[in-house]
Amino acid sequence: MAVPDTVAAAPSAATPAPAPPSRRRPRGRDAAYWLYLLPGAALFLLVIGAPLVGTGYLSLTRWSGVGDPTFVGFDNYQRLLHDEVFWASFRNTVAMIVAMVVAPTLLGLLLASVLFDVIGRRFKPRTAAALRAAFYLPQVLPVVVAGIVWGWILRPDGAFNSLLDAVGLGALRHDWLGDPDTALPAVMAVMIWVQIGYPVVVFMAALQRVDPELYEAAEVDGANWLHRFRAITLPQIRPETFVVALTCTIAALKVFGPIFALTRGGPENATNVPSYFAYYTFFKKLQVGYGSAISTVLTLIIVVVAGVFIGMQARSERRDRGF
Amino acid sequence: MAVTLTPAPTPVRRPVRDRHHRGVSRWLVLALVTVGALVMLVPFAFMLLNAFKSPGDYSSGGPLSWPTEFYTRGLRTYWSEVNFPLKLWNSALIAGSVAVLGVVVSLLNAYALGVGRVRGRLWIVGLFLLANMLPQEALIYPLYYVAKEIGLYNTRLSVIIIFTVIQSAFGTYLLASVLGTFPRSLLEAAALDGAGKWTVLWRVVFPNLRPTLAVLLIFFFIWTWNEFLIPLVMLIDNQTQTIPVALASLQGDRLMDAPTTNAGALISLVPAILFFLIFQRTLARGITAGAEK
Repeated sequence: MAVPDTVAAAPSAATPAPAPPSRRRPRGRDAAYWLYLLPGAALFLLVIGAPLVGTGYLSLTRWSGVGDPTFVGFDNYQRLLHDEVFWASFRNTVAMIVAMVVAPTLLGLLLASVLFDVIGRRFKPRTAAALRAAFYLPQVLPVVVAGIVWGWILRPDGAFNSLLDAVGLGALRHDWLGDPDTALPAVMAVMIWVQIGYPVVVFMAALQRVDPELYEAAEVDGANWLHRFRAITLPQIRPETFVVALTCTIAALKVFGPIFALTRGGPENATNVPSYFAYYTFFKKLQVGYGSAISTVLTLIIVVVAGVFIGMQARSERRDRGF
Repeated sequence: MAVTLTPAPTPVRRPVRDRHHRGVSRWLVLALVTVGALVMLVPFAFMLLNAFKSPGDYSSGGPLSWPTEFYTRGLRTYWSEVNFPLKLWNSALIAGSVAVLGVVVSLLNAYALGVGRVRGRLWIVGLFLLANMLPQEALIYPLYYVAKEIGLYNTRLSVIIIFTVIQSAFGTYLLASVLGTFPRSLLEAAALDGAGKWTVLWRVVFPNLRPTLAVLLIFFFIWTWNEFLIPLVMLIDNQTQTIPVALASLQGDRLMDAPTTNAGALISLVPAILFFLIFQRTLARGITAGAEK
């Protein structure tokens, strides 16, 4: 995810309850609004609805992309269950969630709160803004460009190995992306570098919303930084934490560009992910039915994860109101 | 949201000692965060350093040495070899069209959903939100196949249409919530003056929504600019490719020695950094607008 879905922090379910039915309203009035939905709905059905159904159907067929698909029922899904590459790709997704959600969110919380609470208040605001920009910069560039630069840095003759030589750790020289043992950790490190700026910026914006008197009162009472972090910062920015966790989890499940640019899933599938696996199956192996089954499973997982997150968020908001 | 402060364990105030203590540790914190920020910038520094080296210089001095001469042929080779101005135009045309069309479609949808409150709108909004989260692999093969059948394959138009829909799915979700709280009095006043729905949309809703629409426009532009999978599949030609696809498809090519790789990456990220600098304020506003519920 390059420049992030920051606006996603927008009002969730802010649409107010339906207006009570009014008898005086002429019937045709609301119906006319459907006209405005028409172009969007038609495009939506054409570009999202129909292809989605198409992929679902193709997942039940064997097809190379030419001629007619052969209907095979759930054969592709059976094959998935026994496909070691498929399981490997999902294990790697867990690693991607660690690198793109868990680590950036935790580090981002810490950094945003240090930048806001310590540096923003004890130094000039411009210092905090400049530091924030440095952390955000990787989010600005196309993720493929980041992948290509990092791919070169981690190459056997790349900058990272030279750096190790320069500081006397030349013994650690390594083909970081070429060795199955180090490829996944290396990709994870790159993804943390790419992702960290997003939570930092969102959390800093969230902290601006918090009444500064809360912090001042806590400080006068002698609460140390950790107390203030736990008692004020964390509860106050919980809505943003949900949004960051949701958008980053979806991005981690879908990650494609960085894998394509860094390793193309290799070596020996050590960095393969469902998204790349599906792409490869579609366009390199020309197994459209099997690729569709992979995509369908990935879609279902994303829908379930999004549903669980949104449900959790709604429950936590209800709990807040309950107090 | 009310916050109850956990009472501090030591209510004794020690202002003098505490300030002194803080005085030292704040510099320590600053130093730590600055080191972190510098580590973030190191890859950019490597890229700059090596974009201006000759291949010979690189192979003798390695990635960390200072360039012995200010070598720009790598940059120029990349520029002409990939026909960079054309790629820049392709990216700008696609991202610009998607930004404008996506905002228009989002606004029309959201007008029906947020102001018109058509029946079942919560489900419709949910559907749009879900569509934005879908993996693009779930759409790509049918889109690729149909585009080939109807002659839209390898055209910029195909990518423009697809991303207009994907981005407006998000825009609809966002704007529908914003318009759900649009002041009814303004709408009713306009209706009393005899304005029809079309007039209300463009004369009342649109001007009031302009700042939000500007933020959406910029986000759509940047998101589309950075997209990779669908352009990679749809745009196979030198004439139609976008910047990220052109850079990635050169990778592994013999042309791409280390200095050229860095030169290419450097040129490719300049537009992105320019947007960031130009629109920083709007982006910040978008983030803050998003944070206010």
